[in-house]
This record gives sequence, C-alpha cells and structure tokens, in this order.
Amino acid sequence: MSDDHHDHKPTGLGRWLFSTNHKDIGTMYLWFSFIMLFIGGGMAMIIRAELYQPGMQLVDPDFFNQMTTLHGLIMVFGVIMPAFVGFANWLVPMMIGAPDMALPRMNNMSFWILPFAFGTLLSTLFMEGSAPNFGWTFYAPLSTTYGPASTDYFIFGVHLMGISSIMGSINVIVTILNMRAPGMTLMKMPIFVWTWLITAFLLIAVMPVLAGVVTMMLTDRNFGTSFFEASGGGDPVMFQHVFWFFGHPEVYIMILPSFGIISQIVPTFARKKLFGYSSMVYATASIAILSFIVWAHHMYTVGMPLAGELFFMLATMLIAVPTGVKVFNWTATMWKGSLTFETPMLFSVAFIILFTIGGFSGLMMAITPVDFQYHDTYFIVAHFHYVLVTGALFAIFAGAYYWLPKWTGNMYDETLGKIHFWISLVSVNVLFFPMHFLGLAGMPRRIPDYALQFTDFNQMASIGAFVFGGIQLLFLYIVIKCIRGGEKATDQVWEGAEGLEFEQLPSPAPFHSFNEAPEVK
Amino acid sequence: MSVLLRTIKALSLMFVSTESFAAAQMDLTPGVTAISQEVYELHTLILWICVIIGAGVFGVIFISIFKHRKSKGAVAANFHDNMTVEVLWTVIPFLILVGMAVPAAKTLIKMETPADDAEVTIKITGYQWKWNYDYMHEGFDYFSNLAKSSKDAINSDNPKDREGINYLLDVDNRMVIPADTKIRFLMTSADVIHSWWVPDFAVKKDAIPGYINEAWTIVPKVGVYRGQCAELCGKDHGFMPVVVEVKSKADYAAWVAEKKGAAEEAAAGDSKTWTKDELMAKGEQVYAQCIACHGAGGEGIPAAGFPALKDSAIAKGPVAAHLDIVINGSKVNPAMAAYGAQMSDADLAAVITYERNAWGNNTGDAVQPADVKAARK
Repeated sequence: MSDDHHDHKPTGLGRWLFSTNHKDIGTMYLWFSFIMLFIGGGMAMIIRAELYQPGMQLVDPDFFNQMTTLHGLIMVFGVIMPAFVGFANWLVPMMIGAPDMALPRMNNMSFWILPFAFGTLLSTLFMEGSAPNFGWTFYAPLSTTYGPASTDYFIFGVHLMGISSIMGSINVIVTILNMRAPGMTLMKMPIFVWTWLITAFLLIAVMPVLAGVVTMMLTDRNFGTSFFEASGGGDPVMFQHVFWFFGHPEVYIMILPSFGIISQIVPTFARKKLFGYSSMVYATASIAILSFIVWAHHMYTVGMPLAGELFFMLATMLIAVPTGVKVFNWTATMWKGSLTFETPMLFSVAFIILFTIGGFSGLMMAITPVDFQYHDTYFIVAHFHYVLVTGALFAIFAGAYYWLPKWTGNMYDETLGKIHFWISLVSVNVLFFPMHFLGLAGMPRRIPDYALQFTDFNQMASIGAFVFGGIQLLFLYIVIKCIRGGEKATDQVWEGAEGLEFEQLPSPAPFHSFNEAPEVK
Repeated sequence: MSVLLRTIKALSLMFVSTESFAAAQMDLTPGVTAISQEVYELHTLILWICVIIGAGVFGVIFISIFKHRKSKGAVAANFHDNMTVEVLWTVIPFLILVGMAVPAAKTLIKMETPADDAEVTIKITGYQWKWNYDYMHEGFDYFSNLAKSSKDAINSDNPKDREGINYLLDVDNRMVIPADTKIRFLMTSADVIHSWWVPDFAVKKDAIPGYINEAWTIVPKVGVYRGQCAELCGKDHGFMPVVVEVKSKADYAAWVAEKKGAAEEAAAGDSKTWTKDELMAKGEQVYAQCIACHGAGGEGIPAAGFPALKDSAIAKGPVAAHLDIVINGSKVNPAMAAYGAQMSDADLAAVITYERNAWGNNTGDAVQPADVKAARK
C-alpha cells in the first residue's frame, strides 16, 4: 500500500516551518484555527459577561466595540476559513488519489502568512488609542474618517488574509482539476471535494473585492482620496455595496465546505449512498452563483430605490430553493438507512436541524418590509450564529471527529465525544435561541448596555455562552488525548465509510500517500 | 402564534425565572400604524410557514432517528435517486416563495411610496451621539440627547437606580408629532451612519452623511413611542434613543407655538451681554452635550483618544484657539465635531466660558455671544 521507506518525516521545527507536506500543513491550519477559536471565544465571553445585566460593569463602551469587532473578524477569517482550508489540505489529495497538493511551496506560504496577519490584527489591542472598533463590517465613514489610528494595521492584516486565501484557493482548484486519479471523473468526486472546488472559485472571485475596498479605505485615510467621504464627493453607501459584494459570497464560503463535510458523514452512518448526488452538486453551484446577486439584502435600510429592494428580495428568496434541496437530500439519505449515532453523526444531525433554523430566519429576513424591523437587531445576531456556529462550527466538529482516527490512527474517546456533543447542543441553544426574542422585542445589535426589559433573555444567553465556551476545553482535551493514543483505528475506521482515504489508505494515513495513483472504477 | 410562544416561554422559564420575565416581549410588536400592522402580519405569516415546513422536515428526520436505527435491526435500503421527488421538492418551495413574495411586495410598495402629501416634514440629523429634529416649515430645531437619569445610572453599582426611568430609552427633548397626520421624515447625518428606528411605526431608515433618505408615517394613537439608533455609530451607539411623543392636533399646535417662542428668546440671548455667573450657569447645562467624550469633570477618556479639558492647553490657552476648535471642529480628530453649526452664539459662549473656568481651570475669561459671532467665519 504505502512505501514505508518513503515515509521518513523531517524533524524539529524545520518540519513545520519549511513544510511542503499537505498533511503537516493541514495540521497547522487546524491548530491555528483551534487557537484562534479560543481567542475569539474569549472575546465572546467578555461580551456576554458585560451583557449579563444592565449597566456597564466590566468594560467601557469603546472596548466593548473593539471586542465585537475583533470577535467577528477572528471567527470569520481566523477560525472558520482556516479550519476548512485545513480540512481541504488533509483531505482533498487523499480523496482524489493525489500524492500532495499541486503547489506545495505556495501551500506553505499561504499558511505561514496567517500568523503574521493575525499577529498584526491582534497587536492593535496593545496600541495607543483604540483597536478597530467599528464592527467586523467596518462601514465607512466610521472606519475611515472616524477610525482609530490602528485601522491601518487592520487594513494590512486583511490584505494578508486575502493573499493567503487566494493562494490557498488557487492551490485547491489546480489540485482538483489536474491531479485526480485516473478514472475519477468530476461527477465521481466526493461531495466534499466538489463543495471545496466551488468555494475556491468563490474565494478567487471575491477576495480581490475585499482587497479593493480596504485599499480604498487606506487611500481615503492616508492619501486624501474621497471614495467614501461625502464631503469630498464620495459615497458612504458605495462602501457597503462593495463590501457586501464580497461579504455575501463570503458567508457561502463559510458554509459550502460544511455542506461537503455533512454530505460525507451522513451516508457513512446511514450505511446508505448519498441521496441525489448530482442534484447536490447542482444545488451547491446554484447557491454559489446566486450568492453574487443578493448582496444588497444586507442593506435594505440604506434607502435603495423600490426596484432594487424588490430585486434583491426576490433573488434572496430564490436561494431557499437549492438550500432546501440540500436539506431534503440529507433527510432522504437518512430515510430507511441503518443509522448509528457516533459523535460525528450526532453533530451532523444537529447541523441539519439547527442550520435549517438559521435558514428559516434567513428567509424571514429576505422579506424587505419585515426586514426593516429585523435589521441590525439581535434577531440577525441569532440568525448568523445559527448558520455559523451550529452550522459551520458544528460541521467542523463533526469533520474533526470523523477524520481524527484516519489522521492519528487512534479512535477518540467516544464517551467524552458524546458528552461534548450533548453539552454543546443544549448550551448553544440556550445561548442563541433567546436572541431571536431579544431582536423581535427591539434590542439593537452591537450595544454594550440595554434597557431593563431585555435583561432575562440576555442572562439566559450569557449562561449558555459560559457553558458553551467552557465545554470547548473538553474538545481540546479529547483531541490531545486522541493524538497521544487510544484504541487503534481500523483502516476503514467506520463501518459504512467509503472513499479513497478510507478504502485505500491505512490509519494513520502515511506521511506520503498515493505516490502511485490508485485506480478508480 | 401565541401558542408557540407560550410553549417556548414555558421552556425558557426552566432556565431563568424572575418576576419581570412574565412581561418579557418575545414577538415583534404589531405597532400602532396601519403599516406596522401589515408588517406584523407578514412576519407572522412567514414565521408560520417556516414552522410548518420545519415541523414536516424535522418530523421526518426524527422518525428516521427513532425507526431506522441499526440497533433496532434496520437494514439500509438501496435507493439514492428519485427524479419525481426531486422535482417536487424544487417546485413546491418555489411556489410557496412566490406566495410569500406577492403580499410582501404589496406592503413594500406602500411603504416606499413618496410622502409628497405630508403635512409635517421633520429633518432628522444623526450626530455622535444624539439626534437633531428640524421642523423645516416651522423654523426651529433642537437636539435630543439621552436623558440625564439614564446617563447617571449607566455606571451605577445599584441596579435600583436603573428602575422606573425607561433606562436608556428616555431623552431630554422628545420628537413631537401630531396624531392622524401624515408625517414625512428626512434622514441625514452630520458624521457617521446612524439609523433612526421606532418599532411601533415600523420605520427604520439609515441616516447617512451626504444622503437624504425619506420615510413616512401616520400614527392614529396619542402616546409615547420609543426606539434606538440601529446602526453602529461609535462609542455611544447604545446610548442614543429615539423617543416620539404623539399629541392631538390641538396640543401639537400649542407645542409648536411654544417652541417658536423659545426660539425667539434664544435669538435674543445671542444679542445681549451676559454676566460671568450667567454664562457659567448656562455653560454647565450646555456642557451636558460634551460629557460623553470629555467627562463630567473634564477628565476626557485619553485611552480612547478623547482628550481631557481640565488643565488642557486649549482650555487654558488663547481664547481664539478655543473658539476655533469648538466652532469649526478639530482638524485632526473628526470625533470633535464643528459645534458652530449645532449651537447658538449664546450656548457656545457659555460652554466655552464654563470650560475655561470649571475644574480649577480658572482663567477668569468670560466669553460673550458677540465674541462667538466675531469668531464665526
């Protein structure tokens, strides 16, 4: 199977610094994301602690704004995206029968840019004046004319993240299109590979737009231009159009790989093929294409013309169709299967249900006249945490439990995994479900203090947050325990698992795999 | 609706239980206008459609979870494709969406029809962190700040201080509008983007520098309606509420007359010479607008870039420089707005005098409205 004499790893720090190995780079991406999860999560704990009761107790309003800003930026760019790139690095070559990523040195560089990008971003916390305090959406002119001095470091950090993402996605596309084993046609690829291929195209399309918007900010701030400065003939609303032209595809960048992971896991534990493989592929592609024509639904209150509001409402509602197809397909995959509920499956089922709840609130917000009431309230905070925490993050947990035995050769502790799941499931709903009520009752988002009638649900959310945050330390323990030892995993790992990485590679997967391409029938 | 909410509320009570909980609002307000009522009905319709679809899909998932378990001897079936159901579950959701879009579009068109027939027009200007209400056809305007009772309670250790004062939802000067009258709001901003929101009217529109946005309402019921700024606008975004008082037409007319009188009185204040004590007393009132950044004791928030005034070079240095920065704003720090456009000569004279003599600054200067007038360019 593997050539053992090829399986010698470099040692010491050099193994990681100069790595061109997709598995080592994947591991680094995943650990980086894990560390960022605790940093961004720690900020969330500060936010929830301050919001535990009315009045300002722990931090001042400006620091609160810095926390919401950095929490958002870190979770989006530092946790969810790098985790998926980590999965792509580990899995894409093994799933398509390739020996490594197509561009291994660029792979190294795209990872090693990240610690510098986030080092730059986090260093703003220690600078004189404020760290970025204008929300992760950094609307002008709050972030330009009125931004703190550290905003320029933020801009530099975002540029670095963009470069890293673009290089990562080029690598994924080139690998998938050129390095598939003989016989693996596009329509035979595992769904995870498909979702990442589409995600990578989205990234290449929109990261330059993000780079463009921060560059315009940079010149507005430092070189006297007035892209977004009304008094100089510029347009603050144009900032939002450009930002959300990036930002909406960005939210699908964070969810499409989750769809891929769930589509791998559900068939395994249902012991039944994925229902409607080709419609899954088409649905993913449709979602990606639609994501380019719905951006202004984030901006219904800026005073768009009626025709614009109607167009963006209808286009946004359309997205429910392919998204619904995916949910129905997962349901049909489970139907009449032979189900078992190991931890990856538990997280996947929770994903399907809770992501759908996030989808429902998304559909409600698509309706322009009603969104005037929901816009910029906690209803929206509830919505995007349902799709990003019980959506993307739960998919990452599911994927980690699913492939850890293949990566480490050891089974994780199933009892602890189930404890992690059940406590996460209950606490995350105690945390985010009440936010729907807060928003409907009229609590705006991004406020450090609130009127008394919002107290109870805020307390509930905070209690949920502390439990949900705390229990992730158990996940860290489970991962470390699994790396260090445990019951040996079989090569197939799971009874119903299919795919090259389970059928053709031992556990743990050797350092160099598929030096000779496997035959795919 | 209420059945669903009662169930959720009962479940929620398992986690937190206090007396006020029973009163906590969980659903969108139906509001008090015809439009807000329509919006509420749309919201309820869509919510129920989602609940029904959710119950169906989750029901099937749970049947699978309980019936199709390996531990119950379930053997996996072999199907993995079915054209008919796939077409059905693409077409049916599409039709449901069309059914939602039609009433939504109708309401939206009503909301966005320009209010050219409005009887009262109020220009709303967002400032960091207060609102200015300009009654364009009456010739007066004023600022609406967070009420002092709330400001004082923010950092209080005693939660009782925050009770019974509409904490964070009360202002010093309310917007006043007549009932049963079409009111046009024109929104803009003097600095960053704000968003003016009154849930009971279903009006939320961004106030954007360089733009004039428009919204309208007709409120049939006399009363006081509260909302907040909905767009992150900096440090005190959470502390700029919106309070609208709806009066009967007669009461509104009386209020307008009173406001006009006060505006004339203020104009008289600009042309008289004040004693230093008068200036200091007036200045202390006006300084309430400066406290958010410069602090009640002139201490500022240096860590966040808001300088102290106590013992500062501006407040103790030449009067001309002090006049310049207050009237024209700071050249380097946009957070220091140009107050020349926001305040009368008398208010500016008073607040500058106050800053130059309070907190041990003791320069002894008494700046007169005439000095301010001379310094305006």
